[in-house]
Amino acid sequence: MNNPLAGIPLAAVGEVGEGFLKERTGETLPCQARPNHLFCADWASENLHRYGTPALQQFELVIISVLIGFVVAFAFALLAHRYHLLQWPLLAGTGLLFAIPSLAFFMLLLPITGRGRETAIIALSAYTLQIIYRNVMSGLANVPESAKDAARGMGLTENQILWKVELPLAVPEIIGGLRIATVSTVAIATLAVLAGGGGLGTQIYNGGNLTFPTAIILSGGIAILMALAFEAVFVLVQRLATPWRRAEAEATA
Amino acid sequence: MSAALLPHPLFAGFAGAFEFIFSKQESSVTGGKKVGGLEQVLELSWTQIEVSLLALAVAMLIALPLGLYFGHKGAGELVAVGLGNAGRAIPELALLAFVAAIVGVGVVPLVGALAVLGIPPILTNTFVGIRQVDRATVDAARGVGMTEFEIMRKVELPMAVPSIMTGVRGASINIIATATIAPLVGVVTLGDFILGENVYGVDGVVAGAMVTAILALLFEFALAGLQRRLTSRGLRLQPQ
Repeated sequence: MNNPLAGIPLAAVGEVGEGFLKERTGETLPCQARPNHLFCADWASENLHRYGTPALQQFELVIISVLIGFVVAFAFALLAHRYHLLQWPLLAGTGLLFAIPSLAFFMLLLPITGRGRETAIIALSAYTLQIIYRNVMSGLANVPESAKDAARGMGLTENQILWKVELPLAVPEIIGGLRIATVSTVAIATLAVLAGGGGLGTQIYNGGNLTFPTAIILSGGIAILMALAFEAVFVLVQRLATPWRRAEAEATA
Repeated sequence: MSAALLPHPLFAGFAGAFEFIFSKQESSVTGGKKVGGLEQVLELSWTQIEVSLLALAVAMLIALPLGLYFGHKGAGELVAVGLGNAGRAIPELALLAFVAAIVGVGVVPLVGALAVLGIPPILTNTFVGIRQVDRATVDAARGVGMTEFEIMRKVELPMAVPSIMTGVRGASINIIATATIAPLVGVVTLGDFILGENVYGVDGVVAGAMVTAILALLFEFALAGLQRRLTSRGLRLQPQ
């Protein structure tokens, strides 16, 4: 045992607590009261219900932020696709937003939006812009020229080509961007507690009390599981959204 | 629009932060000791730069050789790419809190944790960059009598520079951002201003955020410039 008080006569220790006395008399101390404990399964199963609301908050933060980020980044990409002059400024601008640490972003918004969920959502969606924008752009750029020529030959207008040929062919990369943006946002949304935005971080950073490993492992573990679940969903959606990939694979097999 | 929504209060929030950066202020909780001012801002900035560069160096020392080797061999794709995906899912707050609770506080545990966040993007992008080098080019290099090591150093590495640097920039962004919450591991970076509202006041919090954002952008600009310099002229001329 690593108990620092081991070896000291019981009488000298005095009233150190029931748990300690129990341990000295052979009964077990609750896990969370033991020094150097790593994970208390009992505490975890008894308190798991506490994590429901924070997990749901985090889920909502991620969904809303990525949705906003997607709408804005998609609009940016369409603009840049139409007006090539905008490509570089939009890439650089979203790049700057991406490089600013989320925590700093939250606090830069403090004089404008104060603390709260909106602040967290603004910063998180700003973070996703670059990832989604880049992927939409590279998806559009990778559309084979022959596919566009064929569409032109069939008499499609440039607008029809964009919506009926280019964007459908760019779907895998667009979903890839959404996948990366979502998974990263799940992880970063754990910091939303510092912006007053709730989420799983509340169970880690509650009043600066950071020393209970079980709570840290539970919150972090739930966040990681949520990220992996999103990852799996996107991989599935990507398969479903690109039936021609499977057809190709079957044709070459 | 009412007068209350005009920029005045907004402006005041940032003006106070500017004042915090350039001149020392009274704090209600430090017992007369003044906080803020350029000296303290620079001191905390420097700590953040030091730990971030150190962590980036450690991450590169580990991830670059691994990415080069496995990329050259063409083995371990699932691990290299999977690690990159898994790395994104790590919640930084939980990681630092975990390190503080289990390993302890100080620069060494902090740099270790930051390096953990930096390794996946560098490893994945190095691997992918090396794999994307045209096999015909590698065969040509082998044909003119280059050893495997020469092929790695003179052919694959230079051609993979853009991808590798993308990974390094991603790692740098993760590391700088997470170094901001380093006070949780007992290292006083700019995050101390951000997390210490009761000591530094709201002005201190906003000032910390401003300086952190500037620092992060400086890192990004420096690495983007480095990427340009390291990319060979022939590669730069190719349309991407």
